[in-house]
Amino acid sequence: MPSLSTQTSGAGRKTFLAQHPSVMWFLLALALFTLGVTVLAEATGAGLISTSFVKTLGKTLCLCLVAIAMDVVWGYCGILSLGHMAFFGIGGYAIGMWLMYARTEIIVRDSLLAAPIPPTPQEITDGIGTQIFGVVGSAEFPLIWAFADSFALQLLMVILVPGLLALVFGWLAFRSRVTGVYLSILTQAMTLALSLYLFQNDSGLRGNNGLSGLQNIPGFETVSQDAISIGFFWASAVALGLGYVLFAFVVSGKMGSVVRGIRDNEARVRFLGYHVESYKLFVFTLTAIVAAIAGALYYPQAGIINPAEIAPIASIYLAVWVAIGGRGRLYGAVIGAAFVSLVSSWFTGGGAPDVELGIYTIKWTDWWLVLLGLSFVAVTLFFPQGIGGLFDRLVRNPTPDAEGQK
Amino acid sequence: MLRAVLAALVCYVLALAPNPLLAQTSLQSLLQTQKDEVLKPSRASVGAVLDTLVASNLPGVQDFLEKWQERQVVLNTEDGLFYFATGAQGDTLLLQDIDSGASLQAPKSALTDSRPNGGVRKEIAGALVRFQLSGPDIEKRRAAVEAIARAPSADVVGLLQASAQAEPDPALKAQKQRLAQILVARFAPDSAARIAAITGFSGALSLDIRAMLNQILETRPGVAPARPNANIAEILQPGSDALPIAAAYEQLVAADLAPPMISPAQIKETLAQNISAGAVAGIPLAQLAQPDRRIAAYQALVAQGKAAPLVGPEDMTKALNAHVFYLAYIEPDRAITDAARATLQDIETAVAFNKGADLALDALSLASIYFLAAIGLAITFGVMGVINMAHGEFIMIGAYTGYVVQQFVPDYTLSLIVALPLAFAVTFGAGVAMERLVIRWLYHRPLETLLATFGISIALQQLAKNIFGTQARPLTSPAWLDGAWVINDVVQISYIRIAIFVLALLFLGLILVVLKRTRLGLEVRAVTQNPGMAASMGINPDRINMLTFGLGSGIAGIAGVAIGLYAKVTSEIGSDYIVQSFMTVVVGGVGNVWGTLAGAGMIGSLQKGIEWLNPSNTLAAQTYMILFIILFIQFRPKGIVALKGRAAGD
Repeated sequence: MPSLSTQTSGAGRKTFLAQHPSVMWFLLALALFTLGVTVLAEATGAGLISTSFVKTLGKTLCLCLVAIAMDVVWGYCGILSLGHMAFFGIGGYAIGMWLMYARTEIIVRDSLLAAPIPPTPQEITDGIGTQIFGVVGSAEFPLIWAFADSFALQLLMVILVPGLLALVFGWLAFRSRVTGVYLSILTQAMTLALSLYLFQNDSGLRGNNGLSGLQNIPGFETVSQDAISIGFFWASAVALGLGYVLFAFVVSGKMGSVVRGIRDNEARVRFLGYHVESYKLFVFTLTAIVAAIAGALYYPQAGIINPAEIAPIASIYLAVWVAIGGRGRLYGAVIGAAFVSLVSSWFTGGGAPDVELGIYTIKWTDWWLVLLGLSFVAVTLFFPQGIGGLFDRLVRNPTPDAEGQK
Repeated sequence: MLRAVLAALVCYVLALAPNPLLAQTSLQSLLQTQKDEVLKPSRASVGAVLDTLVASNLPGVQDFLEKWQERQVVLNTEDGLFYFATGAQGDTLLLQDIDSGASLQAPKSALTDSRPNGGVRKEIAGALVRFQLSGPDIEKRRAAVEAIARAPSADVVGLLQASAQAEPDPALKAQKQRLAQILVARFAPDSAARIAAITGFSGALSLDIRAMLNQILETRPGVAPARPNANIAEILQPGSDALPIAAAYEQLVAADLAPPMISPAQIKETLAQNISAGAVAGIPLAQLAQPDRRIAAYQALVAQGKAAPLVGPEDMTKALNAHVFYLAYIEPDRAITDAARATLQDIETAVAFNKGADLALDALSLASIYFLAAIGLAITFGVMGVINMAHGEFIMIGAYTGYVVQQFVPDYTLSLIVALPLAFAVTFGAGVAMERLVIRWLYHRPLETLLATFGISIALQQLAKNIFGTQARPLTSPAWLDGAWVINDVVQISYIRIAIFVLALLFLGLILVVLKRTRLGLEVRAVTQNPGMAASMGINPDRINMLTFGLGSGIAGIAGVAIGLYAKVTSEIGSDYIVQSFMTVVVGGVGNVWGTLAGAGMIGSLQKGIEWLNPSNTLAAQTYMILFIILFIQFRPKGIVALKGRAAGD
């Protein structure tokens, strides 16, 4: 954004939104979409959209949020992280621990109160432990569940755990100047290590059973799932809007210029005197935290989380969404995540009609991944700007990047 | 009832003191004295019958026992005699007289079978052992020795030693002597002989000897007010890891040396039984949610005599301090347990040493697998700076090629010989096609190569699922690769793993020769170090890139056949190895065969080492290994063998 410095130092200091009309348009579109869904949903409107589809849309908004985080770290900063879905999952686990604990606590307390002698706090805790960990043959609360009884503390965990993990990992990696594909592989290794760890029964998070029953929100037992789903949909929309504004702010201005400079030529930015590692670490950690928040909103809508959700393949799909949507533009990431995840569920859910080829019938449940893989290659080869690139052609002339490519 | 008692009494008398008169009579008359037991044997009582039969020393006993075991003994109700059934002819059975062996016939309706059940037949087999030990059939002798080893007992020691003396087969003779020594060590009445036998086993690795020594060293926990006069293995401190406080106190309670603990659940139950008018002993129910009020209510109940007194922590400590907890050997002779312990310690040292060797072999074999899987990746990564995420799928293609070849070539050896070059050819072609169609357009965008090849990877994986299905396909190894090379009871390695090791060595040599001794290798190295300079020297970098990529992919195909031989072939076989392959390349250092070798060696031995430290949990082993690698990269970001100078690039 070369015109930026002249604008800020000029006489009339424009507002942030005025400088970035795309943010305005995006928020408007998001608001209209939210309003439309609200009007059509079962709990609040005409009932034309089923509750399960409202949940799907709410989940898609969360995926869009993690996609813009991925876009910032990859499309703007040039770090192809294959670990952001791990942060997303950690966020889900952190909120899931509270949901499961609080929900089980209510059940256990009710059943114990039916007995003639009222239960001691210890008995309630033991009962919850047996309920939650019975499935992995244990009844003891591991240390990581120490804060599970407190909603506020566990919300803090949603931010602190992935934030600290990203901070430590990023500090180690950036400080030893691991870049490019090496860094991608290293983040992938981190993700694999995390998911393998969670797959163990003695990890304290119920091994491959994961956490379940997360759609039951403690304190809202009487509220129907219709209302809860629209509530989460709103929350996801608000989070996406806030996340979009936050990242639009981060990637604009001086800081945004430095970040994009790092993507295009890290060495030059370093020679200009910027402390490249700090910028990268900031972007990496911030996006990890946003990814975790997206996960914390996603999994109560999904209802279940297990270690398979954290496997490296999930993070690679995240990169696929961003690449198909168009890197280096926030709305591209949103388009990519929404488009690919909705189309994917249409194909794999049996929504797409089979294709008769005379001797062979193409069933999309079998062939969707082949199509996705090949279209991914095609996008990388022929449309490096992704779907978002089409918008750019409509709006303005493309600006060449550092290597002169349009 | 009376009859059963009488029969038991008779058996008992017979078993204890074999009547000299009986010893001279025929087998038939001996059987007649215990007709009921022979006809309807039960596991508990058949022992006495067998003892009588064996003690009689009659010549037909072995034959009778074998026939009995095979359920060929029948009772003719007409004359009340036992016969062997040899065959059937319509409604009549062909019989054989037990003593004379004369053939005769009888109608089926007149005969009652003796049907020993499984337990009884085991007992009969046990009694037969003594006959079979010195019999003419070597298979039976071998089976007898094994039967004794399975169920060792004191009374066959002499028999075994005698038969070992006369054993013609040297291997079986050694086995018999060894087994006899084991029996002597356990059962001999003379303690000097036992000690000699025990110390004789020093350094022996086999499991049965370790089991025998452990049986001699078997302990049972005990507690007493003062140190008892027994063969004590260890005095335990309550509160230590070996004996937690709660367990120690339970031991006291079990020995009737202390009043039982009242658990919180029992307190709650007692309180629930004594609720009257919304209160327990005057304390309202609502207050009973607090632990200390519960105790107070319970104490009040105790004072009223309605509950057993509580055992407080002080009482517990006092009771524990007043007693000695110990582990005592069941074997009373101190000298024997000392000898067994010393010998076992010797053996454990030897076992630990051998286990180390076994672990090293395992690590070596794992390292060679990783080397095979990663070397192709290292070549393409090193030469072109391109990460091929579809490398794992080339491994998969190789494995499926092997599987398909086996469908057409039924001879496993031949099919392997066909499959190896064919897998190379197929994946070489796939690699070249991929390089031409996709990768060469992305040379300046390495991150995008990663994504494009990942797209190919998921497409190929799903394609394989569509073609071959999701179930695992077998890639059967030839018979000469089955089994394992057993060095001793601890160290062994399967032939397939040796073959993979040889294959890895072969490819290490081959690649070194290609890179260092051929024109192609020279050009590849030139392009690796400086593509621009190489191009201006007349080397066509495009051609080199294509060939290198083909070569790397081809080796992946061969690795696929090798991996498929010991793991089942599925569409996920590649992704199981891909991360480890990346790790191998990154840890080893890019663009260097020796680096890959070092990386594979390090990762292989690391994984095995961590698995050894934490054997129950391979998932944890992989987790820790990856964490270690992440840390390792901190200290050597360019890998173990880093390129230096200009060749290092950026």
